[in-house]
Amino acid sequence: MISLTLVPTATWYLVLAAVLFGIGTFGVLVRRNPLVMFMCIELMLNAVNLSFVTLARQLKDVNGQTIVFFVMVVAAAEVVVGLGIVVAIMRNRSSVTADDLAELKG
Amino acid sequence: MEFFVFVCAALMILVGAVGVISRRHPVHAALSLVLTLFGVAVLFVAQDAHFLAAVQVIVYAGAIVVLFLFVIMLLGVDRVENLRTEPLTAQRPLAVIVSLGLIGVLVAAFVTGNGALHERGEGIKLPDLTSGADANTTQLAESIFSQYVVAFELTSVLLVVAVVGTVLLTRRYIGSDKTEVKQIS
Repeated sequence: MISLTLVPTATWYLVLAAVLFGIGTFGVLVRRNPLVMFMCIELMLNAVNLSFVTLARQLKDVNGQTIVFFVMVVAAAEVVVGLGIVVAIMRNRSSVTADDLAELKG
Repeated sequence: MEFFVFVCAALMILVGAVGVISRRHPVHAALSLVLTLFGVAVLFVAQDAHFLAAVQVIVYAGAIVVLFLFVIMLLGVDRVENLRTEPLTAQRPLAVIVSLGLIGVLVAAFVTGNGALHERGEGIKLPDLTSGADANTTQLAESIFSQYVVAFELTSVLLVVAVVGTVLLTRRYIGSDKTEVKQIS
């Protein structure tokens, strides 16, 4: 019956958001497929959204939820432009990894 | 009860996030991302952000992941990344150090700054069954369409720019432009 008495505080949610952000960072640093890198950026954005909503409830301020709305809109626009760039690049070449995009190297 | 919801949603989020960064196939990574997004939506509901939970499911799981899957299918689904090899030396240990350090700094900041979280707003309204309307949606709409209406209009400009830019990026060039494209590639 201990589960009925434990109430998760705001710190629990914030720590979960921090762990999610760290996992997303690791994915961006390690993975080489640009699509998967975009997915990891989505993970990081979701971690930030989760901390915003947590702080909105903790501070009793609805502006924390308003900014999550705007973050979602910007994230959607970012994914659209990013995937458009990926499609435009992949149309002219066969490989998919980010290491192959080295035209600017002298 | 909220503890149980939190543990289940946290498990969904963490399993999905680890799946995104560890699955070799991009389709599997996208489906793991859906699991994480649903877990975040559950935590939104648990924290009285009902409208944002609905938007999370509709926009993220419904639109963005479908866009990811569409592009994966467009570029070919048989491209599997080889995760065994490490093209840059010592990249993964450095990435582990960076991400663990980031988590440590964030957790330390959250724990030490916990006393600084003072209630300062007028409160988030909870939905009541008598009025029939979701008070959270009403309150969020009042915030967006009164205080932040300029930012809201600017997001519409941003979306139009993003759509037009993507159409220009991905359209096939015809005629004389085609040679220019081939020179680039």
